[in-house]
Amino acid sequence: MNVATDNKEARPLLEVRDLKKYFPIHAGFMQRKVADVKAVDGISFSIKRGETFGLVGESGCGKSTTGRAVLQLQKPTSGNVRFDGQDLAGMSPSQLRSVRKHMQLIFQDPYASLDPRMPVGDIVGEPLVVHGLAKGSEYKERIANLFAMVELDPAMTERYPHEFSGGQRQRVGIARALASEPSFIVCDEPISALDVSVAAQITNLFIRLRNELNLTYLFIAHDLSVVRNVSDRIAVMYLGRVVEIIESELLNVHALHPYTKSLLSAVPVPDPVADRKRERILLKGEVPSPVNPPSGCTFHTRCPMATDLCRNKPPELKPHASGQWVSCHHV
Amino acid sequence: MPSNKVPSEDRRETVLEVKDLRTSFRTSTGIIKAVNGLSYDVKTSECVGIVGESGCGKSAGAMSILRLIPHPPGLIEGGEVLFFGEDLLKVTEKRMRNIRGNRIAMIFQDATTSLNPVLTVGLQLSESLEAHQGFSRSEAQQESARLLGLVGIPDASKRIEDYPHQFSGGMQQRIMIAMALACTPDLIIADEPTTALDVTVQAQVLELLQELRAELNMAVLIITHNLGVVARYVDRVNVMYAGSVVETGPTDQIYASPKHPYTIGLLASVPRLDGPTRENLRAIDGLPPDLAQLPEGCAFAARCAYAMERCSSEKPTMEKVGPEHFRACFYDLEKLSR
Repeated sequence: MNVATDNKEARPLLEVRDLKKYFPIHAGFMQRKVADVKAVDGISFSIKRGETFGLVGESGCGKSTTGRAVLQLQKPTSGNVRFDGQDLAGMSPSQLRSVRKHMQLIFQDPYASLDPRMPVGDIVGEPLVVHGLAKGSEYKERIANLFAMVELDPAMTERYPHEFSGGQRQRVGIARALASEPSFIVCDEPISALDVSVAAQITNLFIRLRNELNLTYLFIAHDLSVVRNVSDRIAVMYLGRVVEIIESELLNVHALHPYTKSLLSAVPVPDPVADRKRERILLKGEVPSPVNPPSGCTFHTRCPMATDLCRNKPPELKPHASGQWVSCHHV
Repeated sequence: MPSNKVPSEDRRETVLEVKDLRTSFRTSTGIIKAVNGLSYDVKTSECVGIVGESGCGKSAGAMSILRLIPHPPGLIEGGEVLFFGEDLLKVTEKRMRNIRGNRIAMIFQDATTSLNPVLTVGLQLSESLEAHQGFSRSEAQQESARLLGLVGIPDASKRIEDYPHQFSGGMQQRIMIAMALACTPDLIIADEPTTALDVTVQAQVLELLQELRAELNMAVLIITHNLGVVARYVDRVNVMYAGSVVETGPTDQIYASPKHPYTIGLLASVPRLDGPTRENLRAIDGLPPDLAQLPEGCAFAARCAYAMERCSSEKPTMEKVGPEHFRACFYDLEKLSR
């Protein structure tokens, strides 16, 4: 994964190396720092151009923080994020602003992420204004094009968010993200607030836009079926670390990490006959606190395979013959 | 794989029978017909599912059973809710209080807001035991500890002193289940019981509910939007759209051969872990109808690929399409494809 090459096309679009993001906890009269929430605790991955890279895990595993730290919306505690070969960490705010044109974010909640007092046309056009990309009639035309691209009626630009349904609002959010013609988009739970039939429409839109605009996605979601459906490769996170990186086609048949396996078994397949044939692993307990994560392998407290080695020594993420990366002593 | 599913041919007693239930809400935008001719039944120790998207009336229907619809703006306009033959819509409020929490218990989606934050969980559990079972305070405390243990909360006799915020989301949902079990009800209504939980915890909570159902011989009505949960845990499923059931039948039957275009669309629109990757889903076009302005004919007609002229003027009634399998649709069965 460390191939240094000058060939721009072969180079990954995004490279994340040993990324950490800790949130300090302050307590007492002096508000001294007493501990850290280790939201993201040393993760590495890279995303190829045009690839959709999925990030899954349960709440609190650090997947959203990873997305924000990648975009430098939350300054990483340590580690490297290289976008198109440039290290984002050392950049000045103005340099960062010009790079941000190329990297955008789509949020989970289309009700909270749109300014209720702004007509949706202005919401979509704001990046064009901020980055000075279009003015006057060109501006209007660009907005109309963006609306058409996400299958919204361009006649609706003067309306306000409250007049739109959840699915339509999410389309507005997507149009806004596309306005500055980015190459990379972080999609943070983009369909989990939507109803089943609407979620399918938006999923299809994501797939179509990626193909038409050659976009690269970091697709973050808690729903394994959704992530698997859109992604080329998937990283499974647990307590701030990546436990497995796997091709999405292999996920259902060749997952190796015990956490990935138990996650898979916990998700019922919407087909009773097929579901009865699936392996069932019922995990004990719940995810421990990221303030004080367990020693060694952080999964050992719930892992059916845990041994003394797991309690003492954290495993490394290592490549396997099948092409996936797994962080487990027993694989 | 052992299955808890019961063969559906047997003639068990009917616990609950909902007939042509109608509930509406009067709002500034008009009369919202949330539940519009809802009918289904639940038999002894059976797990029945109500599945549908938001706004299809699945929760309003469940709240109507226990007469928990706030009035105004809500109003149960008609129909029958027969609980062992007794129409709950006609009984006195006193009789109703005797049934709620005692014979029919409810588990809500959001345990965090359903539990009282300023009372210990022991007190909250004891409340219904003292009210319905005539337990003394100390007996109730003992029984509360037993119930917490039953739902898998470690150190139960100590934890009854704790407040809800001292438990995690999954544990709070377990406490909700313990409260529902307190009076060994005949029927538990679980409204989106695991939607707020992570998948591994969801599996724990649903497995627990299934085990207890078998052990205590209760009937369970699960209301959910999650087609996977239905497939794994439910014996019979009712698919709801715009306030009424459009298809009902044994779960295996419905999933293997759905006969209503909406059910077909719904099943095709969810990605499957064992399905293809990076492929378009077959989404249902359009949006659910405005419940304040329901069309005269079939409510799904506007989004239906099979809609005919008749569908916009006439409302289809339930027709039998297989053993215990019914649907409300005019379209020719033979020509329907998945």
